[in-house]
Amino acid sequence: MRRLEPAAIGGVMSRELANFRTYWKGTTFSSVLEPIVYLLAFGLGLSATLVDEVNGVPYIEFVGTGMVATAVIFSSALPAMFGTFVKHRFQNTYDAILAAPVDVEELVTAEMLWIGLRSGTYGCVPLLVTIAFGLDPAWGMLLVPIFCFVTALGFAGFGVAMAASVAKIDQFNYVTALCITPLFLVAGTFFPIDGLPHGVQVVAQLNPLLQLVELVRGGAFGFEAVDILRFAYLAGFALLTWRIAVSRMHNRLID
Amino acid sequence: MAAIQLRGVVKRFGPITAVDGLDLEVPEGICLGLLGPNGAGKSTTMRLLTGQALPDAGELHVLGHELPAEAKSARAEMGVVPQLDNLDVDVTVEDNLAIFARLYRVPDVGTAVDKALDLARLRERRRDAVDELSGGMRRRLLLARGLVHEPKLILLDEPTVGLDPQIRTELWTLIGELRSRGTTILMSTHYIEEAERLADEVAVMTKGKIISRGRPVELISEHAGAQTAEVYGPPERLAEARKTAESHGLSVRPAGPAIAIVGSENAANGAIPDDAVVRAASLEDVFVLLTGEEAE
Repeated sequence: MRRLEPAAIGGVMSRELANFRTYWKGTTFSSVLEPIVYLLAFGLGLSATLVDEVNGVPYIEFVGTGMVATAVIFSSALPAMFGTFVKHRFQNTYDAILAAPVDVEELVTAEMLWIGLRSGTYGCVPLLVTIAFGLDPAWGMLLVPIFCFVTALGFAGFGVAMAASVAKIDQFNYVTALCITPLFLVAGTFFPIDGLPHGVQVVAQLNPLLQLVELVRGGAFGFEAVDILRFAYLAGFALLTWRIAVSRMHNRLID
Repeated sequence: MAAIQLRGVVKRFGPITAVDGLDLEVPEGICLGLLGPNGAGKSTTMRLLTGQALPDAGELHVLGHELPAEAKSARAEMGVVPQLDNLDVDVTVEDNLAIFARLYRVPDVGTAVDKALDLARLRERRRDAVDELSGGMRRRLLLARGLVHEPKLILLDEPTVGLDPQIRTELWTLIGELRSRGTTILMSTHYIEEAERLADEVAVMTKGKIISRGRPVELISEHAGAQTAEVYGPPERLAEARKTAESHGLSVRPAGPAIAIVGSENAANGAIPDDAVVRAASLEDVFVLLTGEEAE
């Protein structure tokens, strides 16, 4: 049997879909409510008192477009970390799947694709909410689901690799504190990174979330030539974390 | 052709050798019981057969496929019923089956699910979530999930471990039906009665090796003779009876509150107390004699 068979990947994704049907309402509710709360708190609150606009963009629209990245990382990295760990350690789900004609590479690929699709969809919600708050729709926004999907693939791979690396579920606290929170804060979501020290600005360019934020703002306010490089960087990030996740999961699942 | 062929298979976990030069051949169409105490290497053997564990040495062939290189092809033709319940509990009964029908590339998923529901006698519960089912129903569903693609070979890893007697009997009936259809079954168990009732042949495994194999009656006859005498009483009396029996060359094993003197039909006068309870020798006598472990 050949590698990466669509039937195997589709079968694993059909399992995710069957489970998703049992909890989609709660996920959708929080995905819509969260950006509304954030926009009310940061957008309306701060723009009324401290910041009116950033680089000519109304602050509420600046935050709203940036929040797409927040939605993507929290709907990809965290479910990948916790979901993978729980399915492996507590539910023994992967033992059942790997007893069928599915290999670790197909399993990880399917998990990443599922999270990518889900996160790519939910990642667009803050943009839609921001449109409801007054952002003008633009043709470039049609590319946002693709940007979200590719970024989510990368963070899904990151989450799966972390789940395959930690010994206890508590250790995710370190991952969240040391990786996810800094990436989330230095992504240009709530403030532009140009105000940060030069060294921090250079390191921040490595942050995939910053590249996603720039691409989303490109879609809303106009693309630049450098955006092609940004997208290529996100695709490379997804490719790299995919291979690491497959390797780590193989070590974890096959004795 | 043998459904399963293992030659000199070794699997180590650090300093522990879980499977130690295992040779095992399972012909098509039989039910082989892999009987051994906890830690004998039964579950590791099962994982080696699905490619979820990689051997350190030896050769493995399953349904003509060489493992681990062709493990995926072998898995497509076999079904696995795990020791632990790993069903998707929030998902309906029929969706649990449909997911695995897809994973096994079954062309007509609907028909396969219907057949599996009939086998598990769960047709009326098809739209219920798994967490609404009783323990027995869940085990039947787990068995049906492993059979949804009508495999040539089925691996049952401790299929009734931890279940109450009524559910165990239900599952034995289902496994008995599979046997009568001619499906090749490899069943690991540490329950003597399960092996005795279901298996055409029993292989006794301990410390990663098969130490004896045959039909249950043959194993009993070879290792335990025709009769076993059980002696009851206080510890001092049991110690005295054991000493006397052993001095006459008889094998003695602990049997809960008693001792069991195996092969008592050959005992000389005075070797066994007059009030000993004599019964037919059993597979349990063989198991304890060979493995040194108490039977369950």
